[in-house]
Amino acid sequence: MGTMMKALFGLAAMAVAPMVYAAGVDVAAPAEKVTNWSAIAMFVMFVGLTLYITYWAAQRTKSAKDFYAAGGGITGFQNGLAIAGDYMSAASFLGITGMVYLKGYDGLIFAIGFLVGWPIILFLMSERLRNLGKYTFADVAAYRFKQTPIRVLAAFGGIAVVILYLIAQMVGAGKLIELLFGLDFNYAVVLVGVLIIAYVSFGGMLATTWVQIIKAVLLLSGSTFIAIAVMYQMGFSFETLFKTAVENRGNNMDILYSGGFVSDPINAISLGIALMFGTAGLPHILMRFFTVPDAKEARKSVFYATGFIGYFYILAFIIGFGAIALVVSAEYMDGAKLIGGNNMAAIHLSHVVGGDFFLGFISAVAFATILAVVSGLTLAGASALSHDIYANVINPNATEQQETKIAKMATLVIGGLAILFGIGFKDQNIAFVVALAFTIAASANFPVLIMSMFWSGMTTRGAVIGGWLGLISAVVMVVLGPVVWTQILQMGEAIVPYKFPALFTVIIAFVGIWFFSITDKSARAKEDKEGFEAQFIRSQTGIGAEGASSH
Amino acid sequence: MDQTKIEKIKSLPQYHQLVKERTSLAWKLSIAMLIVYYGYILLLAFDPAFFTTIVAGNYISIGFPLGVGIIIFAFLLTGYYVRKANADFDELTAQIKKEVE
Repeated sequence: MGTMMKALFGLAAMAVAPMVYAAGVDVAAPAEKVTNWSAIAMFVMFVGLTLYITYWAAQRTKSAKDFYAAGGGITGFQNGLAIAGDYMSAASFLGITGMVYLKGYDGLIFAIGFLVGWPIILFLMSERLRNLGKYTFADVAAYRFKQTPIRVLAAFGGIAVVILYLIAQMVGAGKLIELLFGLDFNYAVVLVGVLIIAYVSFGGMLATTWVQIIKAVLLLSGSTFIAIAVMYQMGFSFETLFKTAVENRGNNMDILYSGGFVSDPINAISLGIALMFGTAGLPHILMRFFTVPDAKEARKSVFYATGFIGYFYILAFIIGFGAIALVVSAEYMDGAKLIGGNNMAAIHLSHVVGGDFFLGFISAVAFATILAVVSGLTLAGASALSHDIYANVINPNATEQQETKIAKMATLVIGGLAILFGIGFKDQNIAFVVALAFTIAASANFPVLIMSMFWSGMTTRGAVIGGWLGLISAVVMVVLGPVVWTQILQMGEAIVPYKFPALFTVIIAFVGIWFFSITDKSARAKEDKEGFEAQFIRSQTGIGAEGASSH
Repeated sequence: MDQTKIEKIKSLPQYHQLVKERTSLAWKLSIAMLIVYYGYILLLAFDPAFFTTIVAGNYISIGFPLGVGIIIFAFLLTGYYVRKANADFDELTAQIKKEVE
């Protein structure tokens, strides 16, 4: 392990070197890209700390259970913070504050949609997941069914979501780093890729969890500081905040109301379903439920996560309005627009309220956010390959050592893909990828998972056909929708006029599961149904569930 | 889990109480969350004029307390469930485990 760690630090140093070099070049350049030394210093500190944690975690990561589930020894509070860390991506932080900056009240509607899935996950899923699962959500989905077809479906659904999410994160990371640190896009993407491969392959779930926790604490404290600073300047009066914001928008009161974001009820409900059920089908989130020792800690983790995420969205809302009210100086503007676009609203605001030093801190936090989310995704993708595909389909007799080795190789593969996709999609319009990821999660992963736990009548055939119908219809309807068909492919008017088609694809999946289960008269179907009772008792009582490892 | 253990658990009144109480609470709270959230979305879709109501001062529209209220409501629901589960369900589960193990 010692030599491996030296190699790791060497790699990291190599990755940092071009950054410093590029930064040096940029200082000399007259200009727009100002190198932010306090940001770089704080980012290097963050990377150093996380690499140290990785080193610490690597010594404690021996078994497959350690690698996938941190030995099942994370507490509910820690896991709640880590879930919040996984969920509050840079897209949430920069995207929601940017949306509030652009549209005012509508940003809050979007944020609420991201939150309301959490209580549902707690009430209907968290305890059962913990009682039934081992390492991945496919362990639960395939519990009483024929393993191969369900594992393949779940791995496909899981990896599709991971890759799409990764594309969004990596392209976002590259652009953000380019803007904040003055580092070339390709270097930035490679740096992110190398770091997450190091975290995940050496430190497994334990390192990933602590990276999430640190990032969540940094993000929550940074956001709290910005929000308090905004309110301080506004005399702690929302009236003054909104008044100043409205005055800066030419006395237009529209930012205080909904601006037709949900004018079409079908689109609005469909978006709600995608966000709510999609959250309950994200593989990197579901995986977190296996890191705690029992069902009690699992439900506590959702309680804490809901609190942290809800609090964060309220802060994001204040920050967005704070940016409208306070980011007015010409130094932040490029003509009538913000430098770097609306998603930079929170970053510019941090400079207004806290100067260069605080801007550096928030920039480093934004980068840490991306690193943390990408490592969670990479671990989930690697686990789908090594646990679901390799250890349950290709080689069911694999030893634990073989499986762990494959898991580390899979980490390299997913990390490598993340780098390639990040660079490949640099100049593409990727507005559709997060919509597609949530739609697939809601229409393929979620229906199969929830029905396997709640409906005794589901059979292997029903799950497989329904799940694939959900997955394929999600991809097809997003491709035929307004973003891909009209904006990207420029094929004219969209055949499917909904940005989020989840309302339809989720129904297709559930009806498919139902219909192909009730018409299934095979011997396997009988076996599937008979297995429900034992599964149900275990899901309710936790008798027979995976425990925490002793060391 | 073998068949005798399954039959044993099924014969326990605590098991039936646990399943009944937890299932009923979980669905009640889920439906409460769904009604509040989709009620809000439908209100936005069908009565946007409602959101132009000013509730305090000259700039605080009704949408702000409503939106923040939904976030707090979601958090309180999770707190209520966890409290109830920690108090009642864990006790029942412990009794069931004691009976069969």
